[in-house]
Amino acid sequence: MNYILNILRRRRGDAKSYRQRFLYEPVTEGDTIATALTELNNREVLADTDGTPAEPVEWECSCLQKKCGACAMVINGRPQLACAARLIDFSRQEIMIEPLRKFPVVCDLVVDRSILFENLKTLHLWLSREAELPDRYRELAYQASECIQCGCCLEVCPNFCVNGRFFGMSSVPVTTRLLTEMPVNEAKEIAKLYARHTFAGCGKSLACKDICPKGIDTEKLLVNANAMAVWKRRKGK
Amino acid sequence: MSDMKTVNIIGAGLAGLSAAITLARAGVSSNLISSQPSERAQSVLAEGGINASLNTMGEHDTTTEHFADTMKGGCFLSSERAVGGLTENAPSIVKELAALGVPFNAQNGRLLLRNFGGQKKKRTAHAKSSTGKMIMSALIDEARKYEAQGLIRRFPNHELICIDVHDNVLANVTVRDNYSRKYLRFTGAAILCTGGLNGFFEGMTTGTTQNTGSAAAIAFCAGAEFANLEFIQYHPTTVSISGKRMLISEAARGEGGRLFIMRNGKPWYFMEEKYPELGNLMPRDVVSREMTAVVSMPECTGSVMLDLTGLSADVWSGKLSDLRAEIMSYMNIDPKLSPIPVSPGIHYFMGGIRVNIRHETSVKNLYAAGEAACQYHGANRLGGNSMLGAIYGGKVAALSALETAAKASIDSVNAKAESSLPKNRTKLCCILSSGLGMIRSEQPLIKAVADLDELLKSGTLNEIDRSRTLLGKAMLLSALARKESRGAHTRSDYPHTSADFQKTTVAGMHNGEVIIRFAAIDESEGSPK
Repeated sequence: MNYILNILRRRRGDAKSYRQRFLYEPVTEGDTIATALTELNNREVLADTDGTPAEPVEWECSCLQKKCGACAMVINGRPQLACAARLIDFSRQEIMIEPLRKFPVVCDLVVDRSILFENLKTLHLWLSREAELPDRYRELAYQASECIQCGCCLEVCPNFCVNGRFFGMSSVPVTTRLLTEMPVNEAKEIAKLYARHTFAGCGKSLACKDICPKGIDTEKLLVNANAMAVWKRRKGK
Repeated sequence: MSDMKTVNIIGAGLAGLSAAITLARAGVSSNLISSQPSERAQSVLAEGGINASLNTMGEHDTTTEHFADTMKGGCFLSSERAVGGLTENAPSIVKELAALGVPFNAQNGRLLLRNFGGQKKKRTAHAKSSTGKMIMSALIDEARKYEAQGLIRRFPNHELICIDVHDNVLANVTVRDNYSRKYLRFTGAAILCTGGLNGFFEGMTTGTTQNTGSAAAIAFCAGAEFANLEFIQYHPTTVSISGKRMLISEAARGEGGRLFIMRNGKPWYFMEEKYPELGNLMPRDVVSREMTAVVSMPECTGSVMLDLTGLSADVWSGKLSDLRAEIMSYMNIDPKLSPIPVSPGIHYFMGGIRVNIRHETSVKNLYAAGEAACQYHGANRLGGNSMLGAIYGGKVAALSALETAAKASIDSVNAKAESSLPKNRTKLCCILSSGLGMIRSEQPLIKAVADLDELLKSGTLNEIDRSRTLLGKAMLLSALARKESRGAHTRSDYPHTSADFQKTTVAGMHNGEVIIRFAAIDESEGSPK
């Protein structure tokens, strides 16, 4: 089956948005939205379905195998990684593609996610001493280290907005890792900032559950981070 | 801040982070410039582990043996002093990573090590099969501490577009903010940590799309010498997925995976039969060559298969759960139940910017580390040595750079740089692939050089594509000049290793021409010239 990629475009952050449709013929069963976008941009002349010449579609990618988070975008209404979105898994021929809506658009599907990293800095998320990682917490630290900072969890969060006081789920994995590796009484600053910027603002909607492209159990990390930062006890399960 | 000594670092993967953290700990600030945030760097793809003779497995391992295995695996084309430094420092590096909270597999505080290719003893510390991601997460957090102190200043979304060299001394680097499209010029010393040359073989490697090789091409045309460009590692166990090759970590064989091919209707475990001592864990160059050979035998049918069905439940749950999920996701095969078809794919570039043991390039005040640089791995890199080389190399480069670091400036400038065009990248990739497959010979290499010359004369190349094509030509000419087979460089017309070629292939630009020469393996602390 051929597919039509219906892409919400904006050539600059302050320009007007418009939609443009492109025809894509898959080459293999494994073709993804990332494959399709790469092929579109490799065409000698890119034209939309009306035959109108088009500028290459700006988007970000890096690993193409769900390990880096660069290519997060909204596909058929769901935030996900373009490199993991296989075309054959879509039942409709026309696929709607949009940039993540919570972040400022740079160009087309490229959004500025720098706030993610700024927030981690504001939360003082670093080790202030040598890590102490007992075996029973190793698996939790591993899972917490898997976060790729793609922003998908924030896209669906009813409480997160860029520059808001609430920093959202993307700050939880890093917090969990660090609190797992430090005695609770030596992580007071992290705990205080977490309580202010994450715990207090989280409406516990758990909209972020099952949205993480890495399959991180967000609820588990949240429960652990809350236990360590707010209730001052380690869970580790 | 403005009066502080500052070093510019291009690339924020393992080598770049290691350099930035090293500088920060010494009180020297850095500008950490990268086309995307560290979370997107190729280092997060590293899987199987990091080598260090920690000797925690009761096998009496030593740094001497790590050194000997690395030298032998690299077919004696590495600097002994450099490899000595690498292997001597490996245990303290891994201990430091553990202290930074990397959740390595461990038992009662003892780091567990696994077998890896080309090494007889268990030496590879690991965090399941996602070791690169785990190490990166810890180093990113550590770097953040210094970002908050103003010692590391990040410039994400910034791409290198120009290296300005005057009288063989680095004058400045210019970068483009790919979000604002504005240009900045950084004076002062710079460390290139820009990764391998994946972009020269687009879609054919296990690496990321961000490692375009353009930064290397810019450095080459600015006057930096390159070394050993002909040595391209084909990893034995990769699979084709949409848009790239996906790595099946060497950890799969380290934990007991076996390679076989159907011969006369029966599985033939050819590596175990031919190499009884190391079997499936021979160095990567050997395994890949053997795989290529058996596939072409008339009595053999189908692909080489990687059989992981005999691995224990504990290995799957505790050490390779991530690898299994990945294989199931992209290949729709459960490796616990069925063998998987694998074939060699481009994985690592042993060659790169020529550096001495202090990681100084041939251009004064310009340094290089990580896969961007040619150091430690000789003609063939051992699995588990890449992350080690990146972290150690980043440290060494930083320690060298801080000796001469001075106050640096950042200025907005008017500039315009064209991007590499897809059609030019595709042409270059096709030509390079025709000459630089796993098995090379003179005629295809000569033809490929002629094709590149034609492309260079065609007038269709913009500046960056021209630079890329010239570096590509240097790769071909290096392979043509090395009339022997050694490590990852196999010549069908020169099948034997020759003592005459136990030298470094050096590529440089002189008066607009690519010049290749051979130099003694550098053991000096001075300039690689």
